[in-house]
Amino acid sequence: MMFGLSLAAASLVIFVMIELVPGDPAAFMLGINAAPDTLAALRAELGLDANPAVRYVRWVSGMLIGDFGVSYTYQVPVAELVSARLVVSLPLAVMALLLSILIAIPAGMFAAARRGQAADVGIMGVTQLGIAIPNFWFAMLLVMVFAIHLRWVSAGGFPGWEAGVIEGVKALLLPAVALAVQQASILARVVRSALLDTLTQDYIRTARARGLSRRQVLVRHAFRNAMIPVLTILGLQFSFLIAGAVIIENVFFLPGLGRLVFQGITQRDLIVVESVVMLLVFAVIMVNFMVDIAYAIIDPRLRRR
Amino acid sequence: MSRIRHMPRALLVGLAVTTVVLAVALMSLVWTPHAVTGVDIAARLQPPSTTYLLGTDHFGRDLLSMLMVGARTSMAVAILAVGLGMLVGVPLGLSAAAMHGGWLDDLVMRGNDLVFAFPVLVIAILITAVFGPSAVNAILAIGIFNIPVFARVTRGAALAIWTQDYIRAARVCGKGRARISMEHVLPNISSLLIVQGTIQFGLGILVEAGLSYVGLGAQPPLPSWGRMLADSQTMISFAPQLAIFPGLAIVITVLALNLAGDGLRDFLDPRIRRAR
Amino acid sequence: MIRSNVMSVFALAACLNMSAALAAQTSITVGMQLEPPNLDPTGGAAAAIDEVVYANIFEGLTRYQADGSVVPALAREWTISDDGLVYTFALHDGVTFHDGSSMDANDVKFSLDRARAEDSTNAQKRLFTGISMVEAVDPLTVRITLSNPDGSFITSLAWGDAVIVAPETIDTATTAPVGTGPFTFSRWVQGDRVELARNPSYWGTPVALERATFKFISDPTAAFAAMMAGDIDAFPGYPAPETLPQFEADPRFRVIVGSTEGETILSTNNKSDKLSDIRIRKALAHAIDRQAIIDGAMFGYGTPIGTHFAPHHPDYVDLTGQSAYDPQKARDLLKEAGVENLSLSLKLPPPSYARRGGEIIAAQLREVGIETEIANLEWAQWLEQVFRGKDFDLTIVSHTEPMDIGIYANPDYYFQYDSAEFQATIAELKLASDPSDRSRLLQAAQQRIADDFVNGYLFQLARTGVANARIQGLWENAPTQANDLTGVSWTD
Repeated sequence: MMFGLSLAAASLVIFVMIELVPGDPAAFMLGINAAPDTLAALRAELGLDANPAVRYVRWVSGMLIGDFGVSYTYQVPVAELVSARLVVSLPLAVMALLLSILIAIPAGMFAAARRGQAADVGIMGVTQLGIAIPNFWFAMLLVMVFAIHLRWVSAGGFPGWEAGVIEGVKALLLPAVALAVQQASILARVVRSALLDTLTQDYIRTARARGLSRRQVLVRHAFRNAMIPVLTILGLQFSFLIAGAVIIENVFFLPGLGRLVFQGITQRDLIVVESVVMLLVFAVIMVNFMVDIAYAIIDPRLRRR
Repeated sequence: MSRIRHMPRALLVGLAVTTVVLAVALMSLVWTPHAVTGVDIAARLQPPSTTYLLGTDHFGRDLLSMLMVGARTSMAVAILAVGLGMLVGVPLGLSAAAMHGGWLDDLVMRGNDLVFAFPVLVIAILITAVFGPSAVNAILAIGIFNIPVFARVTRGAALAIWTQDYIRAARVCGKGRARISMEHVLPNISSLLIVQGTIQFGLGILVEAGLSYVGLGAQPPLPSWGRMLADSQTMISFAPQLAIFPGLAIVITVLALNLAGDGLRDFLDPRIRRAR
Repeated sequence: MIRSNVMSVFALAACLNMSAALAAQTSITVGMQLEPPNLDPTGGAAAAIDEVVYANIFEGLTRYQADGSVVPALAREWTISDDGLVYTFALHDGVTFHDGSSMDANDVKFSLDRARAEDSTNAQKRLFTGISMVEAVDPLTVRITLSNPDGSFITSLAWGDAVIVAPETIDTATTAPVGTGPFTFSRWVQGDRVELARNPSYWGTPVALERATFKFISDPTAAFAAMMAGDIDAFPGYPAPETLPQFEADPRFRVIVGSTEGETILSTNNKSDKLSDIRIRKALAHAIDRQAIIDGAMFGYGTPIGTHFAPHHPDYVDLTGQSAYDPQKARDLLKEAGVENLSLSLKLPPPSYARRGGEIIAAQLREVGIETEIANLEWAQWLEQVFRGKDFDLTIVSHTEPMDIGIYANPDYYFQYDSAEFQATIAELKLASDPSDRSRLLQAAQQRIADDFVNGYLFQLARTGVANARIQGLWENAPTQANDLTGVSWTD
């Protein structure tokens, strides 16, 4: 119920916002030498001359049956465009998240275990730096070093999965690293503070009193309970990575979802923008829902709520 | 013990660097080594020298002067965006807490979730597509996403305050919810808001840099760090200073603000200090 | 030290490239800054469409060559009646579309009738408005009747908007174009690339390349990186001229600098109350230092122009002296016109010539006491506000259509120049067929708009390209918007 209401509100917000965007898709498509009658013909062809309410209903009812409309500029179904982009964006987000987890969880645990010591201060310092670096700038430096000077990887682009999994992963490696730095830094800090919070709880003291070592306690008990804030952050990060990689996709000229939206806005391919933003909002709400379920699995106490 | 010794130092460093950046930004209002609006093609792309301490850009403008004015742009946009977020978010959070469990609380929280569900950058791009790119619209875009942050933080902290005995006492005395919020709740959560504000300030600078990097922030000839990077990164091989220094300026400023925010949290919030 | 290390890495990489090249290379990846919105050149206006399909996938009755001359293509030869009204084209025999069907006079009739139809979305409809009738005389003969003699009709037919399409496949041409050219369309990964393959049953000389990929990279930094890293073999419209010296110094690459049909102008709203006074427009012209703009915005690539005409055209008149850089004169003119504290809007579309040029012009105008308020717009906003809404004082744009001085005869065109004298000159030109008359009229037109200081004439846009040094046969100049790959090959 709430779910449906949220989506309905989101769809209305998106539609109104897009209606406000000045600029005529047809005019953009035809360029500066278009004859007025050509323009009128195209507007009619695209269905742009219908009134906004009609177009809103048309759009929403289309989406309900899985029809996301047809791109003005490309003249192919939006669903087709989106699925082609997801093939890049989804693996990129997953890779960035995996990298981030692989770095952040050990780093956060290590820092928590050595709380206050040089290693902790050092790791926390590095994470502060990681958060402060603009990812597009870092990405540019990565390209300069690894693609132009060392020539280990290509400067960008995506060959497609049909070129092989290794080629595909290789193409996404630098962008994933550029995205992961900030996420890993945030995650490492969350892991550390979540662990430190649980370590002060009574049951941990009990476990310590039973003679378990500090490290055993950390891994066996504290970590499990620290998972909840960590999962919350992971959920947020995943949804951010799917849509928020626009600038990185631009730097590495990847045909991802973020760039599809960006391009859609600049070319006034508004049907694409509407539908993709709607899908993204839907995805975020879904991810949050799944994180809630994951909580319940991790922490049986939450199930009763 | 060692922790207490370390944190104030980070706080000090953070505050000191932030102050320096702020001071430089303010100074650029009255003085920069060179004018940033003049174009002198003959003097372009010069390496650092005594005349141009950090060299010149592709239009022959002094990079140091550009960075100084850029600091002003970034700081102004970020501060105003945080201000906007606080101005709207804090009252929302306070009223949600005051009406805990009521329809207003529900509405604020649902609204928050909805805003959070929108991709930040995409919405920022849409806002600038509607209103045109400008510093004001960058403030608006960043500010909107600060609202739910402050609403949520305020509500969470305020709820904890509402359970305290002295609040009950105040209620018994017949004080209204609004008055209690202003007189008792707000002062007690102000330190938390300062901490969150500092962190959002740093984030705001990063987002502003990203927006102006894609051309959606302050418009030329007003320099901004993000656009300086975008304009000069193709020249990194023969004028590396142009692509390095604005990046460093962003990193240093955001780092300082984060250190300050973290330090402040530990310093101002006795609850956390006690807990650790 | 670091530099020399970098150089040796480059050298090593170059050696690796050499050995790989021993197996003769037959594929090419061409970079483009803008992606075409669709692939039907007869239904869309975007230059990017022609840059993919022109001469590669689609062909017309005639075609442009690299040097700008127009030669027969699908039409073997033609005759023109004495009154200049009836053109009879003889078509090549044995030409087939990529789907195997044969190309004949009916397809030509279909294509031209479709382009000039009432509901046509052809962006260059005006090219075909002079046609009164198209007849398929027999399968290999087409007769076209004009309503008025038109000296440039053969050239019009060489445009990408006039290519020959088949009625059976036209509905899918936007995403799966079927033409008669030496390359067939393989696939289009939207947002990334278009792939072409050699047409094994091409009617003309087969091409050397087996496959060609057009890759779309909009960001100049990414374009630079992709070129340097060897991901792209050639980038004909390379967007970062500041990096060209690096490519010139690198033996792996060749820099190709040519001319385009793009007159880059400081477009001035002649109906704006601030700018309707010719003295103010003249002051603007004298405040502008063209060379500084060419150096600063284009890093030296570009030819100064003093009127709206391509300098490589034989009828070009050099009028740059008439609006020479003279800031003092500009200040005097402003004083004479009695304006102080003039503040103008300067709305800039995305290309770097506009964005960079705009910042330089703003600084130059400030020198003579004119303030500008810059707004960087996307194309869609620019079209809406500037081009259609005429809500601007100044803008910078490159007019890339060939021979487009006629736009000044349209008083509703966005810069709103309204001169009866100029309009009469253009009307006379349309009917003139004698070369010396045409020459005289074209020169008079150039002089007129320079005398009236309609716009600030900045420079002729250069075409700056970068390619792997072993690629030959790329176009140097851009007489029309195209990336013709028919003559391209790799050397060993």
